[in-house]
Order: sequence, then structure tokens, then C-alpha cells
Amino acid sequence: MLDTAHVVRRVPGRKSSGPARSGRRRPRLGPYLLILPSLVIISVLLLWPVLQIGQMSFQKVGVRQLRGEPAENVGLANYRQILGDGFFWTTFRHTILFAVVAVTATLLAGTLVGLLLSALGKRMSAFVAGGVLIAWATPPVTAAIIFAWLFGTTGGLVGWLLDLLPDWLAGSGWQDYNWFATPLPTYTVLTICVVWMSFPFVAVSVLAGLRTVPGELYEAARVDGSTAWQRFWKITFPLLRPVFGVLLVLSVIWDFRVFTQLFIISGLANRDSFNLSLYGYSEAFGSLNARYGLGSAIAVVLTLIVLAVTAVYTRMIIRQEGVA
Amino acid sequence: MNARTFRRVALNTAGIGVFVVSVFPVLWMISTAFKPNQEIFSSTPHPLPAHPTWQHFAFVLNGGVAGVSFWDYFANSAIVAVSTVAISGLLALLAATAVARFRFRFRTTFLVMLLVVQMVPAEALVIPLFIDLKHLAMLNSLAGLVAVYVGFALPFSIWMLRGFVAAVPRELEEAAAIDGAGPVRTFFRVLLPLVAPGLVATSIFSFITAWNELIFAYTFLKDQDKATLPIMLQFFFARSGNDWGPIMAASTLLTLPVIAFFLTVQRRMVSGLVAGAVKG
Repeated sequence: MLDTAHVVRRVPGRKSSGPARSGRRRPRLGPYLLILPSLVIISVLLLWPVLQIGQMSFQKVGVRQLRGEPAENVGLANYRQILGDGFFWTTFRHTILFAVVAVTATLLAGTLVGLLLSALGKRMSAFVAGGVLIAWATPPVTAAIIFAWLFGTTGGLVGWLLDLLPDWLAGSGWQDYNWFATPLPTYTVLTICVVWMSFPFVAVSVLAGLRTVPGELYEAARVDGSTAWQRFWKITFPLLRPVFGVLLVLSVIWDFRVFTQLFIISGLANRDSFNLSLYGYSEAFGSLNARYGLGSAIAVVLTLIVLAVTAVYTRMIIRQEGVA
Repeated sequence: MNARTFRRVALNTAGIGVFVVSVFPVLWMISTAFKPNQEIFSSTPHPLPAHPTWQHFAFVLNGGVAGVSFWDYFANSAIVAVSTVAISGLLALLAATAVARFRFRFRTTFLVMLLVVQMVPAEALVIPLFIDLKHLAMLNSLAGLVAVYVGFALPFSIWMLRGFVAAVPRELEEAAAIDGAGPVRTFFRVLLPLVAPGLVATSIFSFITAWNELIFAYTFLKDQDKATLPIMLQFFFARSGNDWGPIMAASTLLTLPVIAFFLTVQRRMVSGLVAGAVKG
């Protein structure tokens, strides 16, 4: 949900000078008082709801429970219901396929732009970086609406452009084509929109990482007659591996749970195009017959997937950051 | 043309291409917002309005959407975003000071918790938080929304500020102590000015979190007069899907403050990003 906000939080590499000499300080109440407010808020607003959602996924929770009636335990019934439902697997497939395509495209585009920014002259680089920042700063709601307009039917720019192309290449009738009627075109637009919004962060991070690589390495490699391709894989990539690791994790987290953009361009009425987060939300809030338990079970599945995919890298970050 | 000039030209062309791709959708939004309807729905679109008009902006500002003035939504958004920034910034600074300056029991546990908690998809928590706020009778209030945003902004803010606090030389604080400053005074006079760039960076992120957020606001706030700007925009778009002029005008009004904010502080932000995270 933090969107660009969590951008940097886990970019590694910094060895915290940390509590270097604090051994001399007597442990007192001070640090506990300092973290207390944050700890309380995080516990109440993040940790407790995580436990609740786990619990609710084994319960039948509806509108009555909002009025305080106790929830009925149903064991694994919610999980049995979703896992046995073909529609769940459709949303599951949408989630995975979208994440794979969007993450790959984002990392590829972001890395290329990052390399480009470092290769450009100083003023040109600042100019392009300024433009890239604008894409980064655009709120997800606005971005989704703009792309819905670009791909719209009356006056939409993309349909007009595609119709300008010769018919043997692009076909015809694009100006009347509804991009949001079926899943494949919907997800095509969604992918373009999400990649457009997320490549800037990758580019800026790669650029920041590249600035830390000593130029002598490249010069030495150039003297030895290496190609640009070799220099990237033999110098840049190994040195920036931690940065790429973190960017991969962040992209995976963001793209697995993409919600806002799909909610805007496709909406709750268009069930065929649901992904897991929209499906879970719709079960809970999409109709008058609220099924919070079922929605929770879907959210748990989504969370477990994200945690499984990111577990390896989370461990890596913990080690690198010298937290322990 | 020798190889070096060719390379320069190729790179600059690619750079301009990237710039255009990045900026174009936003420019198209602004351009559409100024176009009269017959130009918007023309079968041969033009990049710039031939006869620019303020009519779509006037419509949005005068409460053409849901009968509530734009400025009411704007005020709600501003209250929520500013409160989130202020509260999360203050609390994060306190906690970051604790983890960067002291070694205490559960410090590691606390840090690992901060990291892991951010892996949980926020959308997954909308159900339990909805039910909790309902029980606390805080569902339809901006205060409840601010509390949730602070919760989401805190782990990241603490994590990021930690590096900035750790980078302040301890000798400065010791010198202040020798000169007779107490801990509170040292904090405000020595530590705070030096971590200010870090605070700016985290503030931007929490501001954008709160300003842009749709799902929680959409789920929690039921009254139009409590709604924030993203809800207004979503509502407007869902209700009158093809009325692109006013929709783009409203989108422009939501987006420009963020972009302006971003561009003014970008230098500091990028350097903060680098100093705080990528390399020390």
C-alpha cells in the first residue's frame, strides 16, 4: 500500500555504524520508552490484524459479526471452498502471470534506463531523470485513469494510432475496440500502466548503485578489450547484485498484490478479470452478503505466496544490514 | 561521423525517447483537461488543445462531482496527509534514535519485525482493520484513516531514519553533553538538525502514501463530505466513465501537487535515498 513509499526501505549495502560503542551505556528505560509508541501502533494496526485475518480465515464471518455476534468456527471449510473452486484458480493464474510479466518488464526497462542515465552527459542525464521522476510521482489512481483514457474507445489515442498503421500489420477497427471487456487486453493495459509507474524507481536505484562502482574497474576492463555486454555481466551485475535482489523482491511484492490500478480500469463488476487481491476484496466488500471469512482465506493465500517468494531475500537483507 | 559522435547521438536519442515515454501520459492528461469536448472526442486527436478552455476545471472546482466542492475533498486529503506525516515522522524519529544509538534487549527482534511486517500485503489487512474500526466506531472518520496510514508508514520510516541517525557522529553529542546540554537539548539542537534531510525523505514517502491511497479510504469512509481526493476521482470515473474533460481536470488537480512536491525536493530526496539506503 505504501506504493513508491517503500521504495528504498530495504536497499542494502549500508553497514549501519549502529550502536558501536554503546556497550558503555548502561541499559536503561530510555530506548524502551522511545520505541514504545511505534511498537504499540505497529502491534495494534499491523500485527494484531495479521493474527485476526489468520483466525477469521477459519471462521464464518458476516454482517452479523460486525454487530458483535461471535463468529462460528468452520475449520478448513473456507480453504476447501476456494481451493475447490475453478474461479479461484483463474484469479490465481492471473496473479502469477501478471507478476511474472510485469516484474520482468519492470526490471528490464528500469535497468536499461539506469544504465542509460549513467552513460548520458550530466545535463542530459538530469533532464531525462526529471522526466522519469514525473512518471514515478504520478499517483496510481491517476495513472490508471490516464491509461484507461489512452486506451478508450471514443477519442482514445492508442486505437487511433493502431488504425494509422497499415491493416496487414495491425488489423483495423481499433478505435471501437473495447480493451476492458476480456482479461487478456485488460491485463495488457494493466501491465503497461504498472511498468510505466514502476520502472523509474528501478532506474534511479540502479543509477545510485552504479555511482558507487569505481570507474577504474570499467577502464581496466576496456583496456583489456571487453565489450559493454561483458562489462555489465562481469562487473556491474555482480557488484550490484544486492541492489538487484532488493529491487526484485520489492517488484514481486508490489506486482503480486496490485489492486488500485486493476480496481480502477476493470472494477468490481468485471469478475472475469479479477486477480487474487480483487477477488478477496470482492468477497468481503463487493456485495451485501459480506463473506469476511472467505475473503480472509484468500488474503492469507496471497500473503503466503508473497512471503514464500520473498523469504530467501528477506534473510539476505537481514544478514546484509547487520541487524542481528 | 565518427564512432564517438554516433554513440553520443544514439544515447541522447534514447534519452529523449525515455523522457517522452515518461512524461507523455501526464502531458496528455493535462492537455485533455484543457480541450473542449469536440476536440476530446475528435477522430483525429491533436497533442495540444486548439482552443484551450477552463470549463472542465470550473466544473470540478464548483462541485460538479457529487455536489461537494473540490476544496472539501482537497481539505480532507490535506488533513489526512499532513497528520500522517507529522505523527509518523515524530514517532519514527524517536524509535530510530533508540535502535541506532542504544543496544537493548529485543532490539534485533524489533528490527526484524519491522522488516517482516512490511512483507505483508496491506490489501490483505483491509478486512480485519475494517472490522476493528467498526467496533471502535472510528469507521467513518478521518482520525481512523490517519491511524491506519501511520501504521503503514512507520516501519518503513523507522527503517530508513535509522541509517541517518547512525550517520551522525556520536562525538557531536558527546561534545554537547560535555558543554552541559541535557539529552533533550542535545536531541533538538544536535541530532534533529543533522537528520533533517532524512526526515524530509521519509516525510515525502509518508505524504505520498497518505495522499495517493485509495482502497482503505474507499472502504472506510462512507460519507461524501469525508471523502479524500482519490475517492472523489474514482467515484467520478466509475459514474461518468466517458466524460474525459472533467475527469482529466480532476486528475490534474490531484496529481500536480504531488509532482510539484516531488520535483522541488528531488535533489534532496535522491541524495537522501542514496545516503540513507544504497551506500554509506
